[in-house]
Amino acid sequence: MQVSMKLEMKDAPGQLVAALTPISEVGGNIIAVIHQHDPKHLSGTIDVQIMLELPEKNLEKLIGLIRSKGVTILRIGEERLLIRHSIILIGHLIHTDLTDTVDRIDETGFAEVAELHMVMPAITEPSSAKITIKSASEADMDRALDILRDVAGQKQLLMIETMEDHA
Amino acid sequence: MRIALIGFGSVGRGIAEAIVHKNLDLTVSGVADSKSGIIDPAGIDMRAVLERKRETGMCGEEGISAMEIITSADYDLLIEVTPTDARTGEPALGYITAALRRGKHVVTSNKGPIACAYHALRTLADEHGVQLRYEATVCGAIPIMQALENGLAGNDIRGIYGVFNGTCNYILTRMADERLTYQQALLEARELGYAEADPTYDVKGIDAAIKLVILANTVWGLSTTLDDVDTTGIDAVTSDALELAEGQDCTIRLIGEIVPGKEILRVSPRIIPKSHTLVVSGTLNAVMVDTDMAGKVTFIGKGAGSSETASAIISDVLFIRDHHVKRT
Ligand SMILES: NC(=O)c1ccc[n+]([C@@H]2O[C@H](COP(=O)([O-])OP(=O)(O)OC[C@H]3O[C@@H](n4cnc5c(N)ncnc54)[C@H](OP(=O)(O)O)[C@@H]3O)[C@@H](O)[C@H]2O)c1
Repeated sequence: MQVSMKLEMKDAPGQLVAALTPISEVGGNIIAVIHQHDPKHLSGTIDVQIMLELPEKNLEKLIGLIRSKGVTILRIGEERLLIRHSIILIGHLIHTDLTDTVDRIDETGFAEVAELHMVMPAITEPSSAKITIKSASEADMDRALDILRDVAGQKQLLMIETMEDHA
Repeated sequence: MRIALIGFGSVGRGIAEAIVHKNLDLTVSGVADSKSGIIDPAGIDMRAVLERKRETGMCGEEGISAMEIITSADYDLLIEVTPTDARTGEPALGYITAALRRGKHVVTSNKGPIACAYHALRTLADEHGVQLRYEATVCGAIPIMQALENGLAGNDIRGIYGVFNGTCNYILTRMADERLTYQQALLEARELGYAEADPTYDVKGIDAAIKLVILANTVWGLSTTLDDVDTTGIDAVTSDALELAEGQDCTIRLIGEIVPGKEILRVSPRIIPKSHTLVVSGTLNAVMVDTDMAGKVTFIGKGAGSSETASAIISDVLFIRDHHVKRT
């Protein structure tokens, strides 16, 4: 199963390694580690979000091992759709049936619309919407974006895609 | 080295100013604009030509044409800076061809002939043992061609990404910073002289696409044309869209990309993190080269302007003089 966890630990050398070593001990694989250096933490702790894959039966054991290292687990949940990608659509979104546009992604089964934020100016003006899609893998994301490109083409919408950070 | 300067508009005059004010050791033996010309094998007083152009609108005398200078005057190197025609490359294509046939080096800022006929012109230059350089055609003052050819020599170039059009970048910057609508920002760009009366070439992404064609054909030896570039402009981008991008610490920029290994040849508005190296303000251009040894190398600078474009032309001219002209 794929699991996402938010951990809180001391901002000290070796803490992250200590928190991560139990994962391989229970036969798990780390998919992603995201540090959130939040300056608001006066307590000298940091939050780290991790995504991992492990045999379901070992989850309880892993939780115990991580806690034994003095690391707090703030949140834990099963996560199927880990990849996120935002695009902006511009055009007559309501006239061209926005619900249908969203459904075309949701009905795939491998990707879904996680967030939709729309701004509507005057009725005759084109509206703009930011859509965040979630999927289980990069390949699924590419398939979902392809579908959306087709839909945008058919409905004469401008689709603005995100440029990956090459820096 | 003697130069024939064809075209005496913004760029041509910028070159003339540099020759007048800087000690470049260059002699001009022919100058032409659309209606007039002047020839003097002993060297033309460029200060006087600038003044005559300012006063009369003509650089020389009626009855002396550009083609006459190119085909019959004494010169070693043609600087070709006439207006761009992206589809036919004319009149520049005819001018450059005639000069190369005579065994003259050519330097141009004109995207038309390089985008339309690069391989034919390169072959012709090679046959006649002369140089053809076009630094100014892509990203104005940025020495991108020189970097690709010499500075990054030996690297495999995996891809090139960039902001290739200053007008679009200005419009998007103003829409993001001041919440202007597209129309308001375009109007402002026009008033400041950053956009043409007919802004189609710029805002539809065509100008950026032509630059991608030049890079694709010259860097990778491909035979692409304008129609091969998947081109989307910025004219449908709303200020709401910029605000939505802002919400996730991003903005929107018109990005040109070439990644031959993935068959990507595209100009399109993109959501891009504000911290990305390609996010530059105002009329600036930025270009990032992705290489196997050097990694990613980014250049930022002015993409247009009289003295900026003249800088790229002069650099090509001096490169040819110092590396390819036999000293006597
Ligand atoms: N401006 C920039 O910042 C910039 C940057 C990069 C590349 N470029 C390229 O550089 C070239 C020149 O740009 P520019 O801004 O200097 O253009 P411009 O101000 O319009 O000047 C063009 C010049 O070419 C002359 N001309 C027009 N038709 C001609 C013909 N058939 N034969 C001979 N001369 C002719 C014009 O003559 P008249 O004076 O008699 O009208 C004028 O002197 C263009 O290809 C442009 O795309 C420009």
